[in-house]
Amino acid sequence: MGATKTMTHDEMVQALDQVIQRYAANGRNALMQVLQEAQNIYGYLPLNVQRSIALGLGVSVAEVYGVVSFYSFFSLTPKGDYVVSICMGTACYVKGSQAILEKVESELGIKAGECSKDGKFSINACRCIGACGLAPVITINDDVYGRLSADEIPSILAKYKEA
Amino acid sequence: MNMVNLTIDDVQVSVPSNFTVLEAARKAGINIPTLCYLKGINEVGACRVCLVEVVGGRALAAACVNPVTEGMVVKTNSNRVRATRRSTLEMILSDHNRDCLACIRNKNCELQDLAERYNIRQVTFEGKMSEPNIDDKSQSIYRDASKCILCGRCVAACEKQSISVLSFLNRGFETKIGPAYDISMADAPCVYCGQCIIACPVGALHEKEEDQNVFDAINDPKKHVVAQVAPAVRAALGEEFGLPMGTRVTGKMFAALHRLGFDKIYDVNFGADLTIIEEGNELLNRINNGGKLPMITSCSPGWVRFAEFYYPDFLDNLSTCKSPHQMEGAIIKSYYAQKKGIAPEDIFVVSVMPCTSKKTEASREEMFNPTTGQRDVDAVVTTRELARMIKTAGIDFMKLPDEGPDNDLIGDYSGAGVIFGATGGVMEAALRTVADILEEKDLPDFEYKVVRGVDAGIKEAELNIAGHNIRVAVAHSTAAARKLLDAIRAGTAPEYHFIEIMGCDGGCVCGGGQPQVKAQDLMDIDVRELRAKALYEEDEIREIRKSHQNPDIIELYKNFLGEANGHMAHELLHTHYHAREIYPDSVLAEEEN
Repeated sequence: MGATKTMTHDEMVQALDQVIQRYAANGRNALMQVLQEAQNIYGYLPLNVQRSIALGLGVSVAEVYGVVSFYSFFSLTPKGDYVVSICMGTACYVKGSQAILEKVESELGIKAGECSKDGKFSINACRCIGACGLAPVITINDDVYGRLSADEIPSILAKYKEA
Repeated sequence: MNMVNLTIDDVQVSVPSNFTVLEAARKAGINIPTLCYLKGINEVGACRVCLVEVVGGRALAAACVNPVTEGMVVKTNSNRVRATRRSTLEMILSDHNRDCLACIRNKNCELQDLAERYNIRQVTFEGKMSEPNIDDKSQSIYRDASKCILCGRCVAACEKQSISVLSFLNRGFETKIGPAYDISMADAPCVYCGQCIIACPVGALHEKEEDQNVFDAINDPKKHVVAQVAPAVRAALGEEFGLPMGTRVTGKMFAALHRLGFDKIYDVNFGADLTIIEEGNELLNRINNGGKLPMITSCSPGWVRFAEFYYPDFLDNLSTCKSPHQMEGAIIKSYYAQKKGIAPEDIFVVSVMPCTSKKTEASREEMFNPTTGQRDVDAVVTTRELARMIKTAGIDFMKLPDEGPDNDLIGDYSGAGVIFGATGGVMEAALRTVADILEEKDLPDFEYKVVRGVDAGIKEAELNIAGHNIRVAVAHSTAAARKLLDAIRAGTAPEYHFIEIMGCDGGCVCGGGQPQVKAQDLMDIDVRELRAKALYEEDEIREIRKSHQNPDIIELYKNFLGEANGHMAHELLHTHYHAREIYPDSVLAEEEN
């Protein structure tokens, strides 16, 4: 994520080119590595980046998209400066994480998997983060908020909106 | 090859050691059911319908991918096997849009066959079903994801063509098949060869249907409806009526077209003959005047699109000739219209084709007459659509007498035109004419068997004609084309003068518009060879077997076109190509919003 914020668009294009060139000889065998490094550069995998990778490695664009859409690790949408992750694991779910998610969505005006227009927030409905004792739990970047109720969401988000 | 002995359902069988259990069982007279299996294309053991019990084995094994071993004992019809296959089928059916009565593959569906064979009476698994998701934006291919059973045969067929516009997308219940970013086939770099349709066991993929447009035109008293039928259709149409593969049904085909109510019926073989005159002369011009070589044929619209997307640096190598049915359409709306005193706008030309890419070709803007603004060809129906039209009309195909095309103006055709439908046919037809022109005589030996056949994807020959050394190559399937063009790009191929490329393996006889053949039947036969044989038979019985000797072609030049490659020929019969971008930014931007 850090790299995204410090690189200009041209620098990102250049960095991607270098990655592709480094792995080009390995063709489709290198697809996962290249996708991972590309996501480190861009923060996600825009369609034109997938196209460049496909052409560079000699793999069909459909196959690249097939891989990207299969693994949850790869993201098709940009991430915000603040990634709000709502744990949807079993413990959090029975403790009402669905209501928390809906509240976050309505407060930010975006759905899970989307990024706000100003690039500040994105929402990630994630699998169990291993903090079941704090259920229901959310994280905003590295900050953890546990034992939440939906009413607390606006004040928590407000801190980041102002930041 | 070492032989291996095994026992399948108490039958002793001895088979080569590289056989799978599926192949061995077939040899023993036992048909193990399959669904995702497609010989030589998709052998992945994914659908689990072919599971069998191997005695001593822990779990059931997929017969299509398990090799035979010495002394193996296999049970293909135990209670355990049957029950497992039934549950697998029920699970596949639980997320299948089962509107079989309204499905284009009704009674011609491998899943339906299996449901019948295993006496499925109800689908016990009820749950969420995939939403209907129809992509009918392209002119050629129609996809309905709710019919898709994710067998992957289309993905493998597309990969075999070295194109891979189709892939598995997403994961789990959301898994589906589609082009990158799940865009329409119309926006993907698809060449519309239709091999995915041929591979599909169910109704998830089929041609964009145009039969109703044709019936509408026939029904319209103001329209003069002319049908023209491609050579490969006669080699396969009979299959739709239960005839053995390779049965030539030329006579019944013309009889059926007459009964469907077309005003005139012609053979695209005439257009093929015309193509040979134009293309042969273009080749000689290029050789004599230092033009771009090798010259590559342009009859196959799948190949043309493939070049436009993937090998744009070769577009100047393509012959500028339109494909035979486009040429013939242009002649019907000019020469024929003039001679018959019918206004071109009142003529409706229907091409019956073994091809799905022809549908898109006919709507290209280059295929409109620049003066009249009329399309050369108004509708394209596949061999399958013609069969359905014949059935709808209640025509008893098997009882039809043998008839021919109308024989006025553009009715005659040569044997050279007929073989266009098989790989190597255009090359052979061109050589018959080019050799006669160069040698300035009617050569008695004109069969170029060296360019026939399906065993090699790329065929090569070097011929000495009138002191000229002419090097030729023939490639069938876009994968073979890719291999050949890559070698030319790399400078490792000989300097060819002339190359024939067809988009489909085997040529037009195996086009995407031809009858689908069930995967089980494909295990024992070579469709390419059987259907091609029908065309070479017809060539042999034609009195005229060289395009330039077709009297209607001679008349056409004398009374209308003037010179081959002349001004009028260029206006009506030639075209141009343009590079196409794959997944252009405009398409990506639309998806990202």
